[in-house]
Amino acid sequence: MIRADSIFKSFGDTPVLQDISTEFLRGKNNLIIGRSGAGKTVLLKLLVGLLQPTKGTVWYDDIDFYSLNKRQLRDLRMQIGMLFQGSALFDSMTVQENISFPMDMFTNMTAKEKLDRVNYCLERVNLDGANKKYPSELSGGMQKRVGIARAIVLNPKYLFCDEPNSGLDPKTALVIDELISDITKESNITTVINTHDMNSVMEIGENIILLHNGRIAWRGSKDDVVHSDNEILQDFIFASPFLKRLRTKALERG
Amino acid sequence: MFLVTDYNVRALLAILTIFGRSLQLHVHMYPLRVLFHIGRYISMLGSAIARPEKNIMYYRETIRQMYDIGIGSLPIVFLISIFIGAVAALQFAFQLDGTLVPIYYIGYIVRDFAIIEASPTITCLVLAGKVGSNLASEIGGMRQKEHIDAMEIMGVNTAAYLIAPKLVAALVVIPMLVALSAFISIYGGYLAVVPTGWLSDPEYALGVRSFFNPHNFRLMFVKAVTFSFILTSVSCYQGYYVKSGSIELGKASTNAVVFSNVLILLADYFIAVLLT
Ligand SMILES: Nc1ncnc2c1ncn2[C@@H]1O[C@H](COP(=O)(O)OP(=O)(O)O)[C@@H](O)[C@H]1O
Ligand SMILES: [Mg+2]
Repeated sequence: MIRADSIFKSFGDTPVLQDISTEFLRGKNNLIIGRSGAGKTVLLKLLVGLLQPTKGTVWYDDIDFYSLNKRQLRDLRMQIGMLFQGSALFDSMTVQENISFPMDMFTNMTAKEKLDRVNYCLERVNLDGANKKYPSELSGGMQKRVGIARAIVLNPKYLFCDEPNSGLDPKTALVIDELISDITKESNITTVINTHDMNSVMEIGENIILLHNGRIAWRGSKDDVVHSDNEILQDFIFASPFLKRLRTKALERG
Repeated sequence: MFLVTDYNVRALLAILTIFGRSLQLHVHMYPLRVLFHIGRYISMLGSAIARPEKNIMYYRETIRQMYDIGIGSLPIVFLISIFIGAVAALQFAFQLDGTLVPIYYIGYIVRDFAIIEASPTITCLVLAGKVGSNLASEIGGMRQKEHIDAMEIMGVNTAAYLIAPKLVAALVVIPMLVALSAFISIYGGYLAVVPTGWLSDPEYALGVRSFFNPHNFRLMFVKAVTFSFILTSVSCYQGYYVKSGSIELGKASTNAVVFSNVLILLADYFIAVLLT
C-alpha cells in the first residue's frame, strides 16, 4: 500500500497539485485519471521521488519515503518498477539487454539465470523471441510490452505506469491494460496507473482518483462511474456528445 | 518644443522602469545564475564520484567510451595535427629566412610549439566540438526521453553511471591523443619544409633533437588532463540538466562546445602563468 499524505506541489508560483491525500491499494489497479496537464505525471513522479513535493509526504507501507537516506532509497527502488509514457527503452541496447539491465546492475545472477528470467518476462508479455531486436525495430505497443517486461524483471512490489496506452490503437491499448492488470493480480502488486483513456477506466479501474485543477475531484471504482452525478467526472469520461447521449439512454433504461 | 504632458511623463517612466529592470537583471540575476550553475555543476560531480553499483557495468561503459572517444577521434586528430605542424614549420621558415638564426631551429621550434601549446590546446578545442557536443546530446537525449528517470527508478546513481565512465575514459584517452598529435605535428612540419627544400632531412632532425626539456612534456600532459576534464564535465553537465524540447537539446550541445572552449582557453592561460 502507498499513501500520499496532503501533498502540495508548485513549480515557481504555479501550483500544480494541492492537498492530495489518497491511498493506493495492494493487488489493485489504482488509477489516476484526468485531462492532459491535470498533473498526473507530476503526482506519479512525486510518488517515486523523481520530484520533491513542496509540502506533504508519501508512505510506502510504514516507510516514510522522503526520510530515506540514499542507501535505503536504493533498496526501496529495487522493489519499484515503472513503465514510462514513451517506454524509455535504452535505444543502444537490444530488447534482451534492456530487460537484463536491472539484473546486470544489481544482482549477482549468472548469465544463464538472467537469460531465463529475460525469456520468462518476454513470454509473460507475449514477445517471446524478440531478444535480439532493437527498440527502434518495434512498434509502439511492443515497446510498451518490453517496458513492462523490464519493469517486472526484479519482481517489484510496486508498479507505476505513466499513460501505458497513450499513442496506441484502442485494441492494443486494451491488451496492454489487461496485461498490467493480470500481472498486478498474479503477484499482488501495488499498481498505480496514470491514464486519460476512458476505456482503461471502465475496464480495469478498481480504485480511481480524478485530478482536476490540482485537486482530487472524485474518487471511486469503475462501477461507480456511470451512476455518479459528479459533473467533472461525467465531463471527463463522456467527453463527446455521442457518449453523453449513450449514457443518458443507458440511464433511462436503468 | 518638448511638452511636459502626462503622456510624455508616463513614457519616460516606462523607459526608466524597463532600464531599471534590465539593469537589475544584469546586476543581480546574472551572477546568481552563474553561481547556481557552478553549485549544481559541483554537486553533480560530487554525486558522480561514488562507489559503482556494479564494477563490471562501469568498466564496460568506460571501455566503450574509450573506444568511442579514442578511435572515433583519430582521423580528425591526425588531420589537424599534420596541418598544425606544417603551418608552424612554414611560418617559421618564412620568418627565419634571411636572419642569423640557424635554419635547423625550425625543427626545434615546431617541436616545442606542438608540445607546449598547439597539440594540447588545439586538439582539445577541436575535441570539445566533436566529443563534447556528442556527449551533451547523448546525455541530453537520455534525459529528454526519460532514460535517466528510468535508471533512477531502478536505483542507479545516474550521475555516476553516466558521467564517471566518460570522465575516466576521456582522462585516459585524450592525453594519449594529444601526445600522438604532438608527434604527428612534428612529422607534418617535416613534410612541409623538407621536401620543399627549406632545409635538409638531417637538419630538421637535428632541430627536433635540440634543447629538449622534459618539463615541456609534463606541461603538455598537465594541459591535456585539465582540458579533457573540462570538456567532458562541462559537456556532461549541459546534457544532464537539459530542459525539454529539441531546441533546448541543440542549445545544450552548443553551450557544451562554447563553454568548454572558453574554459579551456582560460585554463590554458592560468597554466601558462603558473607553470612556465
Ligand atoms: N518540470 C516542470 N516545470 C514546470 N512546470 C511543470 C513541470 N512539469 C510539469 N509542469 C506543469 O505541471 C502541469 C501538469 O503536468 P503533467 O503532470 O505532465 O500533466 P499530465 O496530467 O498530462 O501528466 C502542467 O501544467 C505542466 O506545465
Ligand atoms: Mg503525463
